[in-house]
Amino acid sequence: MGAATEHHRTAPARPPWVLLVPALAGLAFLVLPLAGLLVRAPWSTLPARLAEPYVLEALRLSLVTATIATAMSLLLGVPLAWLLARTDFPGRRLVRALVTVPLVLPPVVGGVALLLVLGRRGLVGQWLESAFGITLPFTTAGVVVAEAFVAMPFLVISVEGALRAADRRYEEAAATLGASRWTVFRRVTLPMVMPGVVAGAVLCWARALGEFGATITFAGNFPGTTRTMPLAVYLALETEPEAAIVLSLVLLAVSVVILASLRDRWVSAP
Amino acid sequence: MTLHARLVVTRPAFTLDLDLDVAAGEVVALLGPNGAGKTTALRALAGLVPLSEGEIVLDGHPMHTLAPEQRPIGMVFQDYLLFPHLSALDNVAFGPRCQGASKAEARRTAAALLERVGLADRAAARPRQLSGGQAQRVALARALAVRPDLLLLDEPLAALDAHTRLGVRSELRRHLADFGGATVLVTHDPLDAMVLADRLVVIEDGAIVQQGAPAEVARHPRTDYVARLVGLNLYRGLADGPRVKVGELLISTSERLEGAAFVAFPPAAVALYRSRPDGSPRNLWEARIDGIERHGDNVRVHLEGPVTAFADITPAALAELDLAPGQTIWASVKATETHAYPA
Repeated sequence: MGAATEHHRTAPARPPWVLLVPALAGLAFLVLPLAGLLVRAPWSTLPARLAEPYVLEALRLSLVTATIATAMSLLLGVPLAWLLARTDFPGRRLVRALVTVPLVLPPVVGGVALLLVLGRRGLVGQWLESAFGITLPFTTAGVVVAEAFVAMPFLVISVEGALRAADRRYEEAAATLGASRWTVFRRVTLPMVMPGVVAGAVLCWARALGEFGATITFAGNFPGTTRTMPLAVYLALETEPEAAIVLSLVLLAVSVVILASLRDRWVSAP
Repeated sequence: MTLHARLVVTRPAFTLDLDLDVAAGEVVALLGPNGAGKTTALRALAGLVPLSEGEIVLDGHPMHTLAPEQRPIGMVFQDYLLFPHLSALDNVAFGPRCQGASKAEARRTAAALLERVGLADRAAARPRQLSGGQAQRVALARALAVRPDLLLLDEPLAALDAHTRLGVRSELRRHLADFGGATVLVTHDPLDAMVLADRLVVIEDGAIVQQGAPAEVARHPRTDYVARLVGLNLYRGLADGPRVKVGELLISTSERLEGAAFVAFPPAAVALYRSRPDGSPRNLWEARIDGIERHGDNVRVHLEGPVTAFADITPAALAELDLAPGQTIWASVKATETHAYPA
């Protein structure tokens, strides 16, 4: 209480010009391109363009692959986050660093790496094809793999943070009530870190939706099977700029919705 | 359901080493200052802290080799740790569910227990909607729901305000009396310990310094900590018949003892005089006033001198004597007000 009232008493300091000018320039730099998108949008023909089959096809493909990639990330990423947050094994720091590599790796490099491992002549891909007849590159499944590879670390980091912040004494309380470690995880740990899991999943989904580099490298650019929204935007820009703007607007709208849904989580400043 | 335990927990700057025996139906309170190791002892019984050495045997079966979830225990934590995402009913039903009861069965058990602690109407409430006293009762119900052989309570009343505490304390006492297994409770509040426990085990620095029935411990404190808790001045000295030599001071007592002995007397038994009094009191010494503070309706005067002592006087006496810290004064205690016992 003391801090808050004191804060009120001091007159708000005028920001120095040295900071104010670059701050405003930075704001303009971030906002102007988005404003440009809105200004240049062909509003009159928008409904017709949105209804065009190739737009709907790309949008549907993007939504489906991003959702499956997020589900896959949840299935594999939450246990991985638990392992990193709750257990201590030799090389844990190294594993944690490796998990975060896709965060900073250029997505194209990720796509190349996926091709080398899961491609038809790749280390694992070869075996997948001969044993199960599964080929991943240049298929919709390949899109999911590429998106999950790039997006899963966002989920893992978010969930690991939530797990570390969670009060472990609740897990002890559950153990004294006879809960096995799996029951503790399922009925106590997971519900308590659910906000972190949701935030991580939304972030992961958004990242998967916008994935470009790894997708085009590993899955190619085939309409209907691997041409997601970002790929369609890039392609349309060459032939039909107005279509590119429409597609971009759709992705912008999705991003704004995500931002709004996360507003109270960790996008907003304290 | 008799508990026999030898708990040894070794940490870099701390060693806990104590023997604990609790009979079926008995409530034992571990009492001690902060950092004495009481909570560590309780957590070791629960299996949340590994034993460095020792054993925990319940009804002849070794329990220290089992994981916490396999031990027949129920535990009430200091801040209850009710699962925030579950209703009061499901918090209580959690244990029975883990023991393999069906959902309906577990909820029936839970409802019956909530009824017993008087919270049937709060079954659907989330923990954050419960008052402190209600949360405490849900925590107790949750611990009892697993039908434990050993009940562990960690500072069960510490999180409650003074008013709520009074009611919850007497209610807890009733529930503990109904419980057939062994109960170990940890507290730093002597009143909680006196009211709830059949036997006190006082721990200081990881070891037992005194144990016995509450009344016995209150009458015959054996450490400064216990003496302060029960509000007595306590000294250790050498007895020779009706006198005990404490440092330079010879204190006359009503008991006759030989050898090492304790002498205790209440602060209210200390009389203060501005000048050396004539007359009967034989236990007379010159002291310096180290501090003066309120103590209930009275005033507590801290005395330095041949012995350190507290004296309780009325505010009127304080004004009359015109006392101030740093002053020198005469203090006396009648022999009949003292109590000596072997050390």
